[in-house]
Amino acid sequence: MPELGRAALVVCFGLALYAVGAGFWGAHTRRRRLALSAQNALVAAFLSAAVAAGVLLVALITSDFSFTYVSAFTSRELPLTYKITALWGGQEGSLLLWLLVLTGYGAAAVLLDRKAGRELIAWVVPVLGVVAAFFSMLVVFVASPFATHAAPADGLGLNTSLQSPYMQAHPPLLYLGYVGLTVPFAFAMGALLSGRTDERWIVATRRWTLAAWMFLGIGQLLGAKWAYEEVGWGGYYAWDPVENAALMPWLAATAFLHSVMVQEKKGMLKVWNMLLVILAFSLSLFGTFLTRSGVLSSIHSFTEGSIGPWFLGFICFVVAGSLALLFRRLPLLRSKTKLESLVSREATFLYNNLLLVALCLTILWGVTFPILSEAVRGESVTVGRPYYDFFLRSFGLPLLLLMGIGPLVAWRRASLRSLGRTFLWPFAFGLVAGGGLVAAGAGSSLPGLIAYTFAAFVTATIVLEFARGTAARRALAGEPVPRAFASLVARNRRRYGGYVVHAAIVLLAIGVAGSSAYDTSHTARLAKGQSLKVRDYTLVYRDLRRTRAQNAVETRATIDVYRGGDRIAVMHPGKNNYPVEQQISNEVAIRSDWLTGEDLFLITEQVNPNGTIDFKAIINPLVNLIWLAGVVFLLGSVVTLWPDAREERRLAVRYGRLAPET
Amino acid sequence: MLTTAALVLGGLLAVAAVWFVARPFLRSPASEEPLVEPGRAERERLALEEERDRALAALKELEFDHRTGKVSDDDYRSLVGELRRAAADALRALDRGRGQIDVRSREG
Repeated sequence: MPELGRAALVVCFGLALYAVGAGFWGAHTRRRRLALSAQNALVAAFLSAAVAAGVLLVALITSDFSFTYVSAFTSRELPLTYKITALWGGQEGSLLLWLLVLTGYGAAAVLLDRKAGRELIAWVVPVLGVVAAFFSMLVVFVASPFATHAAPADGLGLNTSLQSPYMQAHPPLLYLGYVGLTVPFAFAMGALLSGRTDERWIVATRRWTLAAWMFLGIGQLLGAKWAYEEVGWGGYYAWDPVENAALMPWLAATAFLHSVMVQEKKGMLKVWNMLLVILAFSLSLFGTFLTRSGVLSSIHSFTEGSIGPWFLGFICFVVAGSLALLFRRLPLLRSKTKLESLVSREATFLYNNLLLVALCLTILWGVTFPILSEAVRGESVTVGRPYYDFFLRSFGLPLLLLMGIGPLVAWRRASLRSLGRTFLWPFAFGLVAGGGLVAAGAGSSLPGLIAYTFAAFVTATIVLEFARGTAARRALAGEPVPRAFASLVARNRRRYGGYVVHAAIVLLAIGVAGSSAYDTSHTARLAKGQSLKVRDYTLVYRDLRRTRAQNAVETRATIDVYRGGDRIAVMHPGKNNYPVEQQISNEVAIRSDWLTGEDLFLITEQVNPNGTIDFKAIINPLVNLIWLAGVVFLLGSVVTLWPDAREERRLAVRYGRLAPET
Repeated sequence: MLTTAALVLGGLLAVAAVWFVARPFLRSPASEEPLVEPGRAERERLALEEERDRALAALKELEFDHRTGKVSDDDYRSLVGELRRAAADALRALDRGRGQIDVRSREG
């Protein structure tokens, strides 16, 4: 039923255009019914996009190869779960998913955030409508997922890299993150358009921003895990442009989440916060452009298409339009208060913001320079790992240190005496940890040693914050320790949830430093019965087998792993041959040691005709802390996101008179 | 046959969308009240309430940081006075504003 899909998209496009026109006119002329009608159009656009997505999903599941999209990205033998995930396996389906998530977010935001005030929402709707109109225009006129042709006997199948459980979650989570940043952008623009630049837009978008940031973070970690297990080169992040495309808006959103606290607490940085929201949203569009335009080659860029110029035009429109609006409203955004001291919490947030934005912009330059070079000089250049590693160390290590300093410094100003007392124990702990690591032989990598020392310092500050807070709560309310701890977190969810997220970043830093600065790698050609020694592991190649799976021929080697004379594991690295897709994939074998966080990583680089195999063995110390960081990050984000009834009541009183009747 | 059914379903979707979008206009004309822009007094009240909440939250945080030992006694003494004054100023200004609004509403 491609006609139903097309009709649903045309209806969605019409509704989005109506939300723009009626929304702007209704807000401008203060016509309530017109503004409400525009809100309804946004909700109806979501339902239409859902119908279109449903039609495509049914076609994918039933292998209706008369849909060009279905035949291009699935085959009869493809397992059902991958038929479903093929919805975002190609450009047209991805754009449809973008539209579905966008209209879903838009409808939910305008329905749930009415407390922000009717006249603010009235201006938010047309901004969301503009973005929805752009994406629905793309799927109606430029890259339709409902194009049809004479049905072939079988489809071309799904890119084998996408046939992974991580790919079932990674792209939708990234989209939830990318698209989620539209909500704070729309509220920020709504505030500027309406001239109501008080804190309502921040209050209304706090959770949306946090949720989008959380999805982007988890999506990236799942992407890293996918790269680690599926791409099979032994690493998890290669500074690939498409990986960077997701990292940049996350960094900008991280900066915003910190600086917005300064606006809430001190009424400062109003212009800066607007700029960060514009930057984060523009980078999320840029990320989608990089992934979907085919402008660069990347292991993640699975499609090439004609949407590039449209995207570039829209990004220019968004940046120019929002900056012009911000410039026009500058007088409304002047702050009454100033930074009192360079040694204060707000100052550390400012330093943190400068470092995050600097890191974000250097990555942006690394991504765009090759594209610009090719466009201007016709020369293809590559910005490689050393460039990114240099800036990650230059900005990332001070950021890690600031994560420990910030929470210990008081708002407004702090005396040196007070700082000396507060910093004593964490500082001492960091120094002792650093000295201990040097003694243990970890001094071979200076960046690694600095990262570990800073991580120890930050860990100590986090533990100290929880311990002191619990003790204070216990003294105040006379509660037992577990209850005092629980009520401490429950009463200050954003602060203590934030500390849990900081703990996740510490784990991430330790994992990244350990696996990149202290890894070991060996390559060898082995015949059956021969062995390879890597650090304290001995690997013996025993056997090679081929089996037929549902849609692939699987070749697996059998490797016995010995340590200290004991056989501790049997591993099966190999390759998969996908006949329909005509692709061969590396299927790595990984043995994780959860006590030490270390991985033994085996790659079958080549199976030779004489039966020998070229193996690569890598030891990645502490790499599992990266995945553990994902779990802790999720926990901290959920604590921070959890609604606070007292806060809700306070805001309801503050904005009560502005809220509409429902 | 399938094509016709798809087109009919598409048409129904369009009609349902138009009905849903037109719903606010289908209600009685009495419901057409304009979008109320907060007046100057209302905006000032909002700004003062934000100022008051900011000062009170800062006071609460300072008290807590002092209790946990993060803020020394000297720093506490030098900061608490300013914050209390800021909160009191915002509360007084809010009371004045409420009084003026009450007077205006009685006169009106």
